[in-house]
Amino acid sequence: MHIIVCIKQIIDPEIPADQFKLDPNSMRQLRGGLSLVISAYDQNALEVALQLREKVGGKVTALCLGESGAMGAIKSALGMGVDDGFLVSDQPLLESDPFGVAHVLAKAIQKIGVPDLVLTGCVSGDTGDKVMGPLLAEALGLPCVTFVSKVEVKDGKALVRRIVEDGYELVEAAFPLAVSIISDDSNVPRYSKLRDIMAAAKKQVPTWKAADLGLEGARVGVGAARLQVQDVSIPQRESKCEILDGETPEERAEGLALRLRELKVI
Amino acid sequence: MTDVLIVASEQGNLPSQNTLELLGAARRLADATQGRVKAVVLGAAPTPLTAGLFACGADQVFRAEHPLLAGRQGDAYVAALAQIAAQAAPQVILLADDSCGKEVAPRLAHRLNAGMVTEVLAVEADGPAMLFRRQVYGGRAIATLAAQRFPVVATVKPRSMAPAAEQAGRRGEEIAVTLSLDPSLARTRLVQKVAEEVRGVKLENARVVVSGGRGLKGPEPFKQLEELAQLLKGAVGASRAATDAGWVPASWQVGQTRKTVSPDLYIAVGISGATQHLAGMTGSKTIVAINTDPDAPIFKVAHLGIVGDYKALLPKFIEKCRELT
Ligand SMILES: Cc1cc2nc3c(=O)[nH]c(=O)nc-3n(C[C@H](O)[C@H](O)[C@H](O)COP(=O)(O)OP(=O)(O)OC[C@H]3O[C@@H](n4cnc5c(N)ncnc54)[C@H](O)[C@@H]3O)c2cc1C
Ligand SMILES: Cc1cc2nc3c(=O)[nH]c(=O)nc-3n(C[C@H](O)[C@H](O)[C@H](O)COP(=O)(O)OP(=O)(O)OC[C@H]3O[C@@H](n4cnc5c(N)ncnc54)[C@H](O)[C@@H]3O)c2cc1C
Repeated sequence: MHIIVCIKQIIDPEIPADQFKLDPNSMRQLRGGLSLVISAYDQNALEVALQLREKVGGKVTALCLGESGAMGAIKSALGMGVDDGFLVSDQPLLESDPFGVAHVLAKAIQKIGVPDLVLTGCVSGDTGDKVMGPLLAEALGLPCVTFVSKVEVKDGKALVRRIVEDGYELVEAAFPLAVSIISDDSNVPRYSKLRDIMAAAKKQVPTWKAADLGLEGARVGVGAARLQVQDVSIPQRESKCEILDGETPEERAEGLALRLRELKVI
Repeated sequence: MTDVLIVASEQGNLPSQNTLELLGAARRLADATQGRVKAVVLGAAPTPLTAGLFACGADQVFRAEHPLLAGRQGDAYVAALAQIAAQAAPQVILLADDSCGKEVAPRLAHRLNAGMVTEVLAVEADGPAMLFRRQVYGGRAIATLAAQRFPVVATVKPRSMAPAAEQAGRRGEEIAVTLSLDPSLARTRLVQKVAEEVRGVKLENARVVVSGGRGLKGPEPFKQLEELAQLLKGAVGASRAATDAGWVPASWQVGQTRKTVSPDLYIAVGISGATQHLAGMTGSKTIVAINTDPDAPIFKVAHLGIVGDYKALLPKFIEKCRELT
């Protein structure tokens, strides 16, 4: 089984609010000195891929479109145990809209060779459109299942667990297939082993530019964008929390209940 | 002139709450531009939705039945909507941002070579421009996006737009569409649907939500939250830390990734208030936080709070609530 996991490198999404700044020109988040990470659910996707490889054998490939520094994300994925990685890095491509990104990733996947399974995170930790899995499926002509926490192979087909509003669904599909991954307790990302981190540092990772993928300007980059960002702003929240006090926890708990009653909330 | 097509769904033979919100948004857009509101109803069998859709603002209803549309199979659904969109020729297509809409909208936009915006909080026509607002960066920022290409396919975040008002007796034009869908289209098959047991109200509709996070340190204390929720006729939610730990089902997760709730009362116990969690609950009318850390960001959005260990607070709080309610 060959699995390609699409990973996005982003600025750590769990930083405190006061460290979040926007660049007024690009209207994107300012990097500042903040650390870069593999987007949260992409780490779960890597875990799903590695577990599947352990069960049925095969190979896991990490693929990223990003700045040259995104090599760090590929190296982290290699450190987690994936077999190889590919980086697409070319400045104009980074300004693509989601369709452009999907086109770039699809071209790269075709160049690597369409695998049995294409995995993405269900949502990225920065722009968070929640669309890349289905868009890639369309671009590659593959069936797709979204918000999946677990992938198993049964009778040569994929049997996946899809999280929905009121529970979950078991969905069956033939390979090749595109799946977007959500977290649960079955896919908590593993820690890297020192041995794998050392091996990752030495591993050659091909880096491609637009020309290597035969990409045309009409479909990628800022010129092809189907949406224009007019404004991005940080909503100001006025904190007005009334902290209940009291000598003992019991008093405070009672005070809260009484206050809620007073406000007619309960 | 902006014609808006909404994708309708039913709830007990009536337009669902999500559908009413789509109709509300569509009607306002269409009225601002002298356009029309069109609705599409898909299913394996006919549903009695049409009258309700007309009453709530639809001018035209496109109806199509096909056995492949049972269970909202994605491939069939996308193909069907692409055919209807070709016939209805709208400038804007609105879907609810639910499990189905999230999967279908990007695929439909790709096939129609259309524009796309997801999780829309507000939409307005500004002269010839069409502007959409959505959260980005896990809810830390709000972006205003202008459509550069039409039609534009958008998913609307539940509980963010005013629902359409009903006008009894309002009529419209019903159009039955014959779809050409080949069975080979459907490439995924629903094997089993496992609904989590819902005691009391559904999380999305609850007037009171009691949520727990990593601070509870295990599945056991959620029993206390359930007790409290039951008492207040509410539902239990959770942070991602709690669902990822497997303490409670993944479908209980409130926040950016899963559920948006806007109850009258939201009680967060042992939840720090990460922006991704806040993205799913700041629409709540009254927010209560119970947390040992006075600097936890949850206190920035809470209206009432207690700094302290939930273990010492909850039993008494539950007792007092029982007494008062
Ligand atoms: C300030 C700002 C400006 C923007 N400007 C524009 C614009 O001008 N026009 C426009 O249409 N859109 C614009 N966007 C949207 C942005 O370009 C898209 O959000 C983005 O391309 C889609 O990625 P996503 O991470 O949101 O997708 P999601 O669907 O949330 O990502 C899901 C998964 O897809 C995979 N994935 C996503 N990106 C990559 C990648 N680069 N490499 C590998 N895997 C990946 C990962 O597995 C990820 O977890 C802007 C957004 C912001 C906040
Ligand atoms: C792309 C992305 C999407 C995400 N989507 C979501 C989402 O949809 N929903 C979501 O919830 N999260 C989401 N997250 C995760 C989010 O960033 C946080 O990691 C998560 O919400 C933290 O959960 P928590 O508050 O339970 O845990 P923590 O942040 O660890 O907070 C635990 C809190 O409990 C308090 N505490 C400890 N002991 C006690 C005690 N005895 N009594 C009272 N209080 C106590 C602590 O002071 C602390 O504030 C997402 C993250 C990313 C990157």
